[in-house]
Amino acid sequence: MIEIKNIEKSFGGVKILKGVSCVFEAGKTNLIIGQSGSGKTVLLKSLLGIHTPEVGTISFDGRIYSELNTDEKREIRTEIGMLFQGSALFDSMTVAENVGFPLKMFTNDSNEKIQKRVDFVLKRVNLIGAHKKLPSEISGGMQKRVAIARAIVNNPKYLFCDEPNSGLDPNTAILIDNLIKEITEEYNITTVVNTHDMNSVMEIGDKITFLKNGLKAWEGTNEDIFLTDNEAIVEFVYSSNLFKKVREAYLKG
Amino acid sequence: MLIRYTSQIGKYFLMWKEIFKKPTKWSVMKGLIFKEVDDLIIDSLGIVAFISFFVGGVVAIQTALNLTNSFIPKYLIGFATRQSMILEFAPTFMSIVMAGKMGSFITSSIGSMRVTEQIDALEVMGVNSLNYLVFPKIIALMLYPFLVGISMFLGIFGGYVATVYGGFGASTDFIEGLQRDFNTFHVFYAFLKTFIFGMFLATIPSFHGFYMKGGALEVGKASTVSFVWTSVTIILMNYILTQLLLTQ
Ligand SMILES: Nc1ncnc2c1ncn2[C@@H]1O[C@H](COP(=O)(O)OP(=O)(O)O)[C@@H](O)[C@H]1O
Ligand SMILES: [Mg+2]
Repeated sequence: MIEIKNIEKSFGGVKILKGVSCVFEAGKTNLIIGQSGSGKTVLLKSLLGIHTPEVGTISFDGRIYSELNTDEKREIRTEIGMLFQGSALFDSMTVAENVGFPLKMFTNDSNEKIQKRVDFVLKRVNLIGAHKKLPSEISGGMQKRVAIARAIVNNPKYLFCDEPNSGLDPNTAILIDNLIKEITEEYNITTVVNTHDMNSVMEIGDKITFLKNGLKAWEGTNEDIFLTDNEAIVEFVYSSNLFKKVREAYLKG
Repeated sequence: MLIRYTSQIGKYFLMWKEIFKKPTKWSVMKGLIFKEVDDLIIDSLGIVAFISFFVGGVVAIQTALNLTNSFIPKYLIGFATRQSMILEFAPTFMSIVMAGKMGSFITSSIGSMRVTEQIDALEVMGVNSLNYLVFPKIIALMLYPFLVGISMFLGIFGGYVATVYGGFGASTDFIEGLQRDFNTFHVFYAFLKTFIFGMFLATIPSFHGFYMKGGALEVGKASTVSFVWTSVTIILMNYILTQLLLTQ
């Protein structure tokens, strides 16, 4: 479980996060939604320790990040898997090398053992026979799978995904979304996903936090989202014609 | 503006400190070093050889053409070629060329890792990305004096070929010039400054790539800016080191 309390983050005097609090539970796919530029990535990067909030605390299963020493912080980082928006695969390494990289860097496992684990996670993300390919030689959807494999190769407790289906066709996007949800439940991971895609919201959103103007404007489940009268969220959902109709139909029963 | 430059310079020195913190495991680092030696040193051999040979030839011809007074000894062609190759051409001019070749390679490869979040990915995994990316380049560029040694040798050889086969002088005269008043301190001075330039070649372009912001377009801009700063630093350091080491 991750608990965020009242965090604020500014860049060059501009406040991007203005006191956000939320709780992300283990085994659940927690979504952060909001328009582009609403601060979703900043929030995620604050969880990662890439950004340090000026105010507020973030605690990982009771461990308050800002109060830890360097070794303890490092310990937490090894428990985090991250899926970046553009996959961020190392382009000089093959698929197998990318996935095995965290193990090679931080364990003393033999090459054989690493190989086995790499085979296992690549199979888990339904990617077979691409071991020796370079990231530039595979499709965007496959790159996402490799990136997911790399993120979970260490058995992380926490998995963060930044817009996992940006740049993917709708079919592939749903596959990737569902893969994230399955893995979350299978390994009881605390997963946080950034998205502005209503399809993902409906498909996998166990818990949804809606960011607007640097504040949490709403939170709830993907069922609540059609029932709420919260203006901000209605406006966000209504921006898609399809969902406007779905919501109307849903409200009528 | 002055404040901005000062803070950039401060940041550059802080980067040096970061590079040596939390070192990457040796079994991984070994491979990274070999790769950098290949990309930076081995890959530059061709261009270094080509430029040195022909510039050496031109220096010899220019000297020969200016020796119109018959009182000036003929060995001067060899002497002048040797001095200019060892003292300035190979260490300094070659370093400016390398600021373009190696420098733009380093800035664009690190910069594109920055814009595609690969550096964030390293950091998130708990890797000290500065150590992982820059340290192997520093080690690889410790071999840079070797490249400059080749440049000196081929420059002088080019001068010899141009002189003897171009009919500007005799082989014995040229070789006499090469041996005349040979000062080992000059060679020491040349390699010392080469070593220092090598460290700048590894780190200034890395700095510009690592701390860049923006997208693909900015990677190109960062490479240009990095070339300018690397060259300016080398030229200034060359002046300072010459003043310190060769004058009394
Ligand atoms: N490193 C940074 N430096 C300055 N401004 C930033 C930085 N990162 C994000 N921002 C700004 O913060 C705002 C929110 O960005 P972001 O979190 O990326 O939005 P999104 O919700 O689309 O992920 C944007 O206005 C962006 O310009
Ligand atoms: Mg974003």
